[in-house]
Amino acid sequence: MSKRRVVITGLGTINPLGNNVSDSWEKLVNGISGIDSITSFDTGDLPVTFAGEVKNFDANEYMGKQHARKLDRSGHLSIYAAEQALLDAGFNPEERMGSNCGIVFGTGIGGIGATEDAVRVYDERGASRINPLAITQLMPNSSTGQVAIKFGIEGPSLTITTACAASANAVGEAKNMIENGIVDIVVAGGTESGTTPMTIGAFAQIRALSTKNDTPAKACSPFDKNRDGFVMAEGSTVLILESEESAKSRDAKIYGYVVGYGSTTDAHHITAPAEGGEGAVRAMDKALKDASLSVDDVNYINAHGTSTPANDKNETSAIKTLFGTKAYEVDISSTKSMTGHLLGGAGAFESMVCILSLQNGVIPPTINLNNKDEECDLNYTPNNAVNKEMNIAMSNSFGFGGHNGVLVFSKT
Amino acid sequence: METNEVFDKVKGLFVEDLGIDESKVTMEAKLEEDLEIDSLGIVEVVMAFEDEFDIEIDDEELADVSTVGEAVKLLHSKI
Repeated sequence: MSKRRVVITGLGTINPLGNNVSDSWEKLVNGISGIDSITSFDTGDLPVTFAGEVKNFDANEYMGKQHARKLDRSGHLSIYAAEQALLDAGFNPEERMGSNCGIVFGTGIGGIGATEDAVRVYDERGASRINPLAITQLMPNSSTGQVAIKFGIEGPSLTITTACAASANAVGEAKNMIENGIVDIVVAGGTESGTTPMTIGAFAQIRALSTKNDTPAKACSPFDKNRDGFVMAEGSTVLILESEESAKSRDAKIYGYVVGYGSTTDAHHITAPAEGGEGAVRAMDKALKDASLSVDDVNYINAHGTSTPANDKNETSAIKTLFGTKAYEVDISSTKSMTGHLLGGAGAFESMVCILSLQNGVIPPTINLNNKDEECDLNYTPNNAVNKEMNIAMSNSFGFGGHNGVLVFSKT
Repeated sequence: METNEVFDKVKGLFVEDLGIDESKVTMEAKLEEDLEIDSLGIVEVVMAFEDEFDIEIDDEELADVSTVGEAVKLLHSKI
């Protein structure tokens, strides 16, 4: 039995670049950074004082204070992005989606802000003052449950916590659900809001973050010789995945197809990539095989490209290993150079980027790429967008824990 | 403290801290049906009362409280 084709019929996003799809896309193609000095809290003695924060978003205004108080910020962002995506797909967010709709959401660290707040209250005021909503805000599946409640999603639900690969895995597992006929529609996405004091401090302790505090918008420089770490960012992106049959039966707009998914594990080290990106090679290979495509078919790779010394070097090696001589021809870029690292929200955001790139025939650039690194010698679309007719795009996501999630998208 | 003063303080907590629409907060309003305070929310309400009035409220004492008026009565008896 041939597998059912999976289409994307709706997109929604809120991220450091913008609070909707069109604003975000405009920044991406113009190479504008969303990274700036942190404004949501006093950075005190933190060695890193900048991040990609969502701007001009007031959850109380959006959903009312009584509702907003029940969610961590990662949950606010999830509901906001999901509502946009459902509207974009032609659904009425006031109506229940029902049991033919599932939800798969990815997050790296769930409601970490709520966790930090609750611990602070416990330390200062004792157990009897802990926020009774703390658990339901901080549990990693909070966004999954809250989005399901808000939009009446009654089909299967999954929360995936494979760190920075989480929402790539979410889109991939959603694809599998539809291909296998479990449901016709899946709300697939990711969320993260780890731009909080302890979380930034802890990532800084393992030297994962860029410390270019004086030049925030230039700090994230994937594949550049002087790259010094990733930049923490927050946001949520949601895609509505649907069987082609279902989308056509209701005359829905079709952005493109999710055609390939590969998921592997390094089983090597909890943070460092396997030498040469061995696990990444296998994930890309699996995703292409799943799509019945070869490396020659790939027009664009949206790289994981975090701007850490280790990732960018190993991802480059991995692409060379799999693509061979074709590695030097394929167009690659890291949009994290503009958004920062959305962690568990990255895979969904970058899936959106791939779909929009195919649709618009534009490859967004890797900004801040000025100094050549001999270990990163591929075509990363430095600093300026490129216009190109394309049909196939690949999105790479790799997470702490050694999790690799690769997706392949097709315009037709 | 008079009953109406307790009510004013309770109303203030509901509106300012919990984000409930001011017009809904009457003595007759049911906490669950009218103010949409669920089982998790009631714990928050109790914490807010305890902080505001510097008292302690046992779970058993809450058993008979389902309206704003009953909450005001309980608080008035404990202050």
